Amino acid sequence: MALNKESNGYVITFSVVLVLVVSVLLVTVFSITKDRISQNQKLEKMQNILAATNIQVDRDAAEAAYNETIVDAFALTETGEVQLKGDKEAIFNIDLAKELSKPEGEKLFPVFVASKNDSTFYILGMRGKGLWDAIWGYVSLQSDMKTVYNASFDHKGETAGLGAEIKESWFTQKFTNKKIVNENGEFVSVSVIKKGTAPASEYNVDGISGGTLTSDGLSAMLKMFFSAFYEYSKKVANNNPVIENVDMPVDSLTTDSLSADIIQDGIDTLSASTNNNSNN
Amino acid sequence: MAEVAEKEKKEALFSKKRVKLISDPLTDNNPVTVQVLGICSALAITVQIKPAVFMFLGVLFVITLGNLVVSLLRNLIPNRVRIIAQLVIVAGLVSIVDMILKAYQYDISKQLSVFVGLIITNCIVMGRLEAFAMGNKPWPSMLDGIGNSLGYGAILVLVAFVRELLGSGKIYGFQVVPQAFYDLGYVNNGLMMMPPVALILVGIIIWIQRSKTPSLIEAED
Repeated sequence: MALNKESNGYVITFSVVLVLVVSVLLVTVFSITKDRISQNQKLEKMQNILAATNIQVDRDAAEAAYNETIVDAFALTETGEVQLKGDKEAIFNIDLAKELSKPEGEKLFPVFVASKNDSTFYILGMRGKGLWDAIWGYVSLQSDMKTVYNASFDHKGETAGLGAEIKESWFTQKFTNKKIVNENGEFVSVSVIKKGTAPASEYNVDGISGGTLTSDGLSAMLKMFFSAFYEYSKKVANNNPVIENVDMPVDSLTTDSLSADIIQDGIDTLSASTNNNSNN
Repeated sequence: MAEVAEKEKKEALFSKKRVKLISDPLTDNNPVTVQVLGICSALAITVQIKPAVFMFLGVLFVITLGNLVVSLLRNLIPNRVRIIAQLVIVAGLVSIVDMILKAYQYDISKQLSVFVGLIITNCIVMGRLEAFAMGNKPWPSMLDGIGNSLGYGAILVLVAFVRELLGSGKIYGFQVVPQAFYDLGYVNNGLMMMPPVALILVGIIIWIQRSKTPSLIEAED
């Protein structure tokens, strides 16, 4: 062979060509799959948001169901100030990973308002730190703004069989009917505790044995996002809004005047969707 | 290993020698229990069978294709940068697999999550590229890749089976220990969930294998 395989020139040329070929391949595959990947991720996010209100849909049906169910959205600062009200697109695209790294006071937490069977639910997007990496999820509150309706969690790399179990339904269903505010109207959040370390109550949930650090991260995450929402609910209660056009479908049990101003925007969607609402 | 390269043209597609490429890593030359490679992932992902199976499939794909590519390039790769060249090829393959899964098999990709990336660091992959594909023709290299990933997958699933059964009373996610057992006081063994147990189990498998296979026992000094 005329070519000296061990010469510096050959080694450099070979390396450059190899890396170039691999990069071109990667870029090609990336550009082919990019749209599908982001579409998949978007639909999955919609599925997760819907799952927080107990609506399970296929990925293909997620977008339609999402547009029908989520009637409003707004963002909250840590002190419960409303921002970006009604901008569903912008709220959907809030990247909590980025928000959490912003300085105190500039963080925005997304809240989605869902309407299902004439009841209103507030879905809080959440994100926090587990043991190994990020954990996130969606927790829905009933229209009284303090009772958990449902929760769904996910994680990036918690230990399989231990912390990773937070995404399983046997764990998330424990959150249903837990309260973030106690009888005296004080904020308590919902804590994930080690089994037996505290009496079972409306404000705590048994953690997963062997997954204590994930549970602690989960508790901290819940506390941060619930607290922002609690501040918001206090503001809504203080404002005591006047209700206009009360001919909207009101769930006599759960919907009260507090949430009326938020539902207002979605009234049209609401009444339209109640006629042919087949999701449950 | 170099002997395979000799009478390549006359050899049948699945000659005895080539079948051995697949069967050997399953038994006497198992990458995990005999060569003690790929232990890291055997610890990390054997709590349940499902991720273990997916990990095996990922490794199967990457070693087989990686072996093929490296074998095709073996006469072009300069000796001094061969490890880096292999690494680039493996990393490229893994990234491509990851993207394609995300685009077309999103659910499986969710199952695999970080394990896809972990394939790059699997010592068996680099081990086979370096030890076999660099010196053999493409077809035997592919067989060698299939054989080694089968041997790896067999141990992985075996360990995961024991850990999932004793640790959570399930097999492949299905409850197999009946509720009646739990009512009688049976408890899942939490120790099985801990990573060191995988090492102990692999140790036990090695012990059993060596006691059955005299050729693996090192001579006593």
